[in-house]
Parts: sequence; C-alpha cells; structure tokens
Amino acid sequence: MPPLIEALTLHKSFSHTRAVAGVSLRVDGGEAYGLVGPDGAGKTTLLRLLVGALDADSGTAQINGYDVARQTELARQHIGYLAQRFSLYGDLTVLENLRFFGEVRGLGEARVKARAEELLRFVGLAGFESRRADALSGGMKQKLGLACALIHEPKVLLLDEPTTGVDPVTRQDFWQLLIRVLAQGTAVVVSTPYMDEAARCNRIGFMHSGRLLVEGTPRELAAMLNGRVLELIAQPKDRARRVAQADPAVEDVLTFGDRFHLRVAEPAGPLARLPAALAEAGVTVTRLRAIPPSLEDVFISLLAQPDGK
Amino acid sequence: MLNTRLLSLIRKEFIQISRDPRTLVLVIVIPVMQLFLLGYAATHDVRNVPLAVFNQDRGPEARALLDAYRAADYFRLAFDAGSEAELRRLIGEGRARVGLIIPPDYGTQLQRGAAQVAFILDGSDPTVASTALAAAQLIGQAHGTQILAERLAARGVALSLTPPVEVRTQVWYNPDLEAAHFMVPGVIGMILYALTSLLTATAIVRERERGTIEQLIVTPIRPWELIVGKMLPYVSLALFNTVEVLAIGAWWFGVPVRGDLWLILGISVIFLMTSLGIGLFASTVAHTQQEAMLTVWMTLLPSIFLSGFFFPLEAMPQVLQWLSYAMPLRYYLSIIRSLLLKGVGFAEIQGDVLALTVFGLVIMTAAVVRFRKRLD
Repeated sequence: MPPLIEALTLHKSFSHTRAVAGVSLRVDGGEAYGLVGPDGAGKTTLLRLLVGALDADSGTAQINGYDVARQTELARQHIGYLAQRFSLYGDLTVLENLRFFGEVRGLGEARVKARAEELLRFVGLAGFESRRADALSGGMKQKLGLACALIHEPKVLLLDEPTTGVDPVTRQDFWQLLIRVLAQGTAVVVSTPYMDEAARCNRIGFMHSGRLLVEGTPRELAAMLNGRVLELIAQPKDRARRVAQADPAVEDVLTFGDRFHLRVAEPAGPLARLPAALAEAGVTVTRLRAIPPSLEDVFISLLAQPDGK
Repeated sequence: MLNTRLLSLIRKEFIQISRDPRTLVLVIVIPVMQLFLLGYAATHDVRNVPLAVFNQDRGPEARALLDAYRAADYFRLAFDAGSEAELRRLIGEGRARVGLIIPPDYGTQLQRGAAQVAFILDGSDPTVASTALAAAQLIGQAHGTQILAERLAARGVALSLTPPVEVRTQVWYNPDLEAAHFMVPGVIGMILYALTSLLTATAIVRERERGTIEQLIVTPIRPWELIVGKMLPYVSLALFNTVEVLAIGAWWFGVPVRGDLWLILGISVIFLMTSLGIGLFASTVAHTQQEAMLTVWMTLLPSIFLSGFFFPLEAMPQVLQWLSYAMPLRYYLSIIRSLLLKGVGFAEIQGDVLALTVFGLVIMTAAVVRFRKRLD
C-alpha cells in the first residue's frame, strides 16, 4: 500500500527567504508525524504545500496517490486541514460552521446532520451548537476546527500547531481525540512547539531553516545523545553554572527549573572532575549523574550545530 | 447551475449579512438619504437668487421695477443696501449673488424717455450667473414693454404685440423641464453603482484578512462558485435598493415611471452584475479591505463624471466621449432615463442592454480568472 502522504524534495521560496528547502516526507495511515522546530523553520509552509494552499517551486507532494499540484481537488477530498490561525467563521454558530464545511465538501443534508452530531459529541462541543464561533474559548475553537476538518472523514489530517495557546487540560483532551482518529487509520501530521506533544508522535521530523534535519521515532532521536546528558542540582546556582561551563568536556548548560542539564562530549571526564571543582568553588552539590536525554536536549543540540551532524 | 456548494455558500453569505446589522442598516438607509440629498442638491434649476438692491430713487417708478423683479421667483429681495459700497460688500461676501443699482434720477429719466439701471452679477458660478442674467434681462424687457404699452395707451394708441412669426414649442417627456425628472434617475443609477461596488469590494479580501480563506481554499469550491456565491446575495440586497430608490423617486420627486417596471428591474439586475463584479474584482486584487475600497473608489469618480450624470456627454471633447463608452454607468443612465421618462420598450434600448451584458460578463469572468485558490 502506498503511503497516504508522500512528499519528494519540496522547495518553496518567498522573495528572499527559502521557507522550505528540499523536504521529503512519507507518512502512513495510523501514523502520527510530529513536525517540530523553531519559529520560522518552515513548518507552516510545508503543511500549506501539502494541502495545496501554496504551489511548490519544485518537488512533488501526493496525498493518497493524488498529485497535489495537478489533481488538487482530488487530493483535497482526502485532506482535513486545521490552520494555525483560527480560520472558521466567527459570525456563524458552531453548527453552521460544521454544516457549511460539510456541504461544500459535498455531503448531503442528512449526512451532514448525522456527522455533525457525532463530531460534536466526539470533540465535546455537544450543547454548544448554537453558540457563535467567536464566543468560544481558545480550546473550544480548536476542537471545532478539528471537527470541521474531520467532517468529510479524510484519510489525511494536517494540523498546524493545534494546541498553541490552549490550556493543558484541553491539550490533553485534544491528544486523546487524535489518538482515536489515528486508530481509524488516518495519517496525521501535526506541527507543535511542545516537546511533550512531539514525544506522543510515532515519528518526529525536526525542521530548521526550511530543512528536515533529522527524522525518527522519539526513542531514536533521544538516543542520539545517549550518555551525553548529565543532570546537576547544586547551590548557589550561578556559581555552579560557571564551574560546569569551565569543564572542557561540557558543551552546553541548560537550565530546567531547579536543575541543569549538561551536554557533554563524553560523561566519564566531567563525572570525575566536576565534584572536586564544584566543592572547591564552594558549591553544594545535591545531585550529579548521567540521565537519559530528553527530546528537548536533542533539539537544542541540533540547533547548536544546524548542519545536523 | 445551483449545486449544493453554491447553495451553501449563498446561505452562508446571507447568514453573515443578516448578522451584521450595522452594515445592513447602512445599506438600507444610505440610498434613501443620498437620494433625498442629491435629488434636491443636484439640480440646475435656479430659484430665489439673493438680490441686493441699492435704491437711490425710491419713487413709484423704482418701486414698480422692484415689484417686477419680486414677482418672478428667480430673485429674492434679500438686502436693501444703503450705499454702493455696502452692495459691493454683500456680493463680495457671497450673501447676495446679484445686485441692482437704481440711480437717484431713475423716475425723472424714465418720464423724460429712457432710464438706465445697473445689474451686477457674481459670475463665479456660471450656472447661476447665466440663468440670473437671462432672467434679469427678460424681466427688464417685459417691464419696459409694459411701460411702453401703458404710455401708448395713455395717448390713446392700442399697441398690438403680436409678432409676425410664432414658434410654437412642444417639450416632450418632461414638459415642465423639471431638473428633478432628469437628475433623479441619474441619482438612482449612481447610488446603485457606488453602493453595490463598494459593498462587494470587501467580500473576498475580508476572508483573506480574517484568515477564513485558508479553510475555504482547501474545500472543493470552484472559483466561479465562490464569485457567484458571493454576488447573488448582494444582488438581492441591491435589487431591494433599486426598488427602494425607484419608489422614492416616483412618489416623492414625482418622477414618472412610464416604462415597464419588470423591464427596469431586469435591466437593473444586469447592471448590478457589472457593479458588483467590479467590487469583487477589486476584492480579488487587493490585499486589505481598505485597498479594495480605495480601488473601487478611484474608478467611481471617472465613471460618474463620464456617464452623463452631471455634464451632458454631447458637450464633452471627442476623446472623453469615446472614453465614456467604457463606463457601464453611461449605458444604465441612458437606459433608465429612457425607460422612466420616455416609456420606451426593449427595442429602443437593446444596444445599451447588450453593452451592459458584455460588461457584466467580462468583469465577472475577470474576477473568476483572477481568483486563485492559493494563499500567495
């Protein structure tokens, strides 16, 4: 079976910036693909290329076997798309929005009605049918957006930062919904600035400056830094940081709340040298140990060496 | 033609229009206000021109002359100036538009034979000045003739004033030459044109500004469906405006509706396609609502001035007359004036109707072609 989403060396430039520079992508049914990367990395442009809202300068994209550039409308029949910016009609009610997007996608009246009822229950908006979309909270707007994107039962779901600005409880709800969508065999691409969300995906692509730097399962990506992250809890913090940075094997020091993550070239040297050095500087060490790297450690290390190697 | 996608687009537009009461009220109220304003303002009829008199004679003869001026409703004896300087000042300040100076010996001069009075006109507005000039001369001549006749009668001679050749004039369609009958149909056309093209100017660019276009373009809606779906709801709104201004024009301004009402409405729909299409086209080109409004606004002035609304096309230089053929409003004004005042049928106006139809189709096609389902 061919992949539901297949993109080959997509390029897209705007006047002076190369927004997407040679991205290839394959996503199968039932798979959640997380797109992460800093602002301006090209995530939104990539999603817009996949949905055919932008024309690629070169490269091809296929959705369920249909070429997005040449068989645009056929390809779109299989796409549900949720834009980053709220793009439903604020002056229409919840039900009117669903009905409109259902009908323009060719669903008959009875089908729209049944589907709307089902989706509103699914996303937890039952009872809000006659509320204007403008009057919904941020999280409810995104749930309505998801419902509208799912109204025609698409095989491919493209979500551009669906949970940005949404409270943690609603984010949790939203991901529970996505898991159920995935279970139906839908291919999902979701861009997100949140690492905990990326960790929920089957595969993650890390984008930077329009390029897909690395790709893999969360486990594979984290393994890139295996043995190279030390956790340090020490007081006083500013002095501890200075001493840690002075060690020749320490590449970077990141602050996570009350602790530091030290990215090291190899763990043995610093683990041997640092306790003495810290004690000498008058720093009280509560903990110093090697820990399994988090995705965040991986991405920050990738940003530090943007060629990805 | 009416498929599900188109129908749901139309329904969506209607819901959105009905949820925007401010626009709705404006759309219903503004044409009425404009018609009243322009119906009265846009007139070449010159009446009640303020007249300042410096009467140095004050005898019965001078009074008779003033009575003659007062009797005609062209002038209003607004000021009785005490000196020539005061009269000069009144005209300079614009409080009086014309001045009449009667010399101190007017009565005695008149009894001796012939007398002179001075009539001063503020020529800064040529329309008012030329009408006032003609009226002043006419009143003066009539008064002179009357004095002559009285004198001859006093000598026992009856004066026959029948000229040897008589031109019997007949004015058709607007026998009283009422400017309103000419202007009000023009105002109707102009209001419809301006209102409807501005109305749709924002229709598509608004979706772009609000971001809803992003969701709209990933649906299978075809460009022509979007353009037609945006336009049809506004056609019905604009058709309501047409009936509204026609009714006020007929009842309030007494403009005759001699042609077939259904023909008028039918042609108005064709015309509205053009004006709404211009707005939609601007909307597909512009990046912001303001830009779209401004674009439409810039096309409005030339079309109004070159449509024969204010200035007769026949009086324009040849080049501008040619250019006026590019103005859809020109055809509609010509049609609606003929239909309302002359009561002609379709045969007499079919050329203009054909021109309007071509305009409508061209601009709509241009809007459809211009609208691409892309974000950049």
